[in-house]
Amino acid sequence: MVIRAHTKEEVFKILSVIPDPEIPVVSIEEMGMLRDVLITDKGYEVILTPTYTGCPAMGIIEQDIKMTLNANGVSPVTVKLVYDPAWTTDSMSDQAKEKLRVYGIAPPLHSSCNQDIFSHNIIRCPHCGSSDTVMQSRFGATACKALYKCNDCKEPFEYFKCH
Amino acid sequence: MTEQQALYKYCLRMGDDALIHSYRLSEWCSNAPILEEDLALTNFSLDMIGRAQALLTYAGKIEGNGKTDDDLAYRRGEREYYNHLVMELPNGDFAYTIARLLFTSVFEYYFFSELTHSVDTSLSAIAAKTVKEVRYHMAHATDWMLRLGDGTEESHYRMQKAVNALWAYTGELFETDEATALLEDKNVAVDMAVIKKKWKEEIESVMKEAQLEVPEDVYMQTGSSKGVHTEHLGHILSEMQYLQRAYPDAIW
Repeated sequence: MVIRAHTKEEVFKILSVIPDPEIPVVSIEEMGMLRDVLITDKGYEVILTPTYTGCPAMGIIEQDIKMTLNANGVSPVTVKLVYDPAWTTDSMSDQAKEKLRVYGIAPPLHSSCNQDIFSHNIIRCPHCGSSDTVMQSRFGATACKALYKCNDCKEPFEYFKCH
Repeated sequence: MTEQQALYKYCLRMGDDALIHSYRLSEWCSNAPILEEDLALTNFSLDMIGRAQALLTYAGKIEGNGKTDDDLAYRRGEREYYNHLVMELPNGDFAYTIARLLFTSVFEYYFFSELTHSVDTSLSAIAAKTVKEVRYHMAHATDWMLRLGDGTEESHYRMQKAVNALWAYTGELFETDEATALLEDKNVAVDMAVIKKKWKEEIESVMKEAQLEVPEDVYMQTGSSKGVHTEHLGHILSEMQYLQRAYPDAIW
């Protein structure tokens, strides 16, 4: 028997501190990956959506969710992945985008559902704010980022691509 | 054939395409001509692994025997794989890899765009996610096709050679069978004739801009919808499935 000791809001509050393993300055909630928490007779079910289908961080996030909730006395926990509606960079909060910028990653401009995804929108340097930047590589250390360089402060930086 | 059997096969075919193409692209890891390309190709490979996981997990659910995505990837023999032949062909030189990526990503872009309208909500959700990722693959492949096709004499020659060699494997992408016909009637599967028309238009437009000749449709290779493959798939599986075959149920 499960004792419903925790409300949905309480579970959300516990989950809201879990960081994104790749970009630890933002939480999975701020990233827009946390969709829902269902409380049933069988326990707590956390509904999660992946950013990219192949994102290798998903397994770690699932573990983090289970461990964090268990540590707070919330159990048993299951994590369910859903694809609909598909995650987009628009799911990220403005607060999360600002945190990304401070962290050194240029935040996504908008959800680029237009055809020309490599069209050269101006990506501002997260370090000095200059708009004189150039793309070095369309793909970076993770599928969600491209590599840029700032022509003013000469610093390289990552850009979180629109998705 | 029941609708359940048809859907199982339909999901395997899409999932196997993603898995086997992903495997081939991963072979470029640390071997691509430049570092940026290494990152790009392996990122695509990762997208495809994710897609394969989603589709094979769903296939296992449809089949209803409790099989996971890993069971389906590691425990099916060659004749039980339904990926299109083009996916399993060796990488060849960079031109071959790019030609295949263009042919298949354009196909996948239109295919999954249509599949977002499927009445099967699990498939439409996976399709919506896939379209977002495939757009990047398609843009990247198109860009290289233009650079190499309309590049130097050597790059043009090699790009044309790759296009000519792979052309005979493109017809199979649009094949229909009993499973697709059954699912199309139920508005689950997409109409391949529509996809073929869009694919042809896009490919012809890219090739024209790249100064490449579109080969004539003469003989098209076929077999994968019945599980009949080229000699190459067996070699992929023997490596990929080695651990699970040698040490069944091994986990770490």
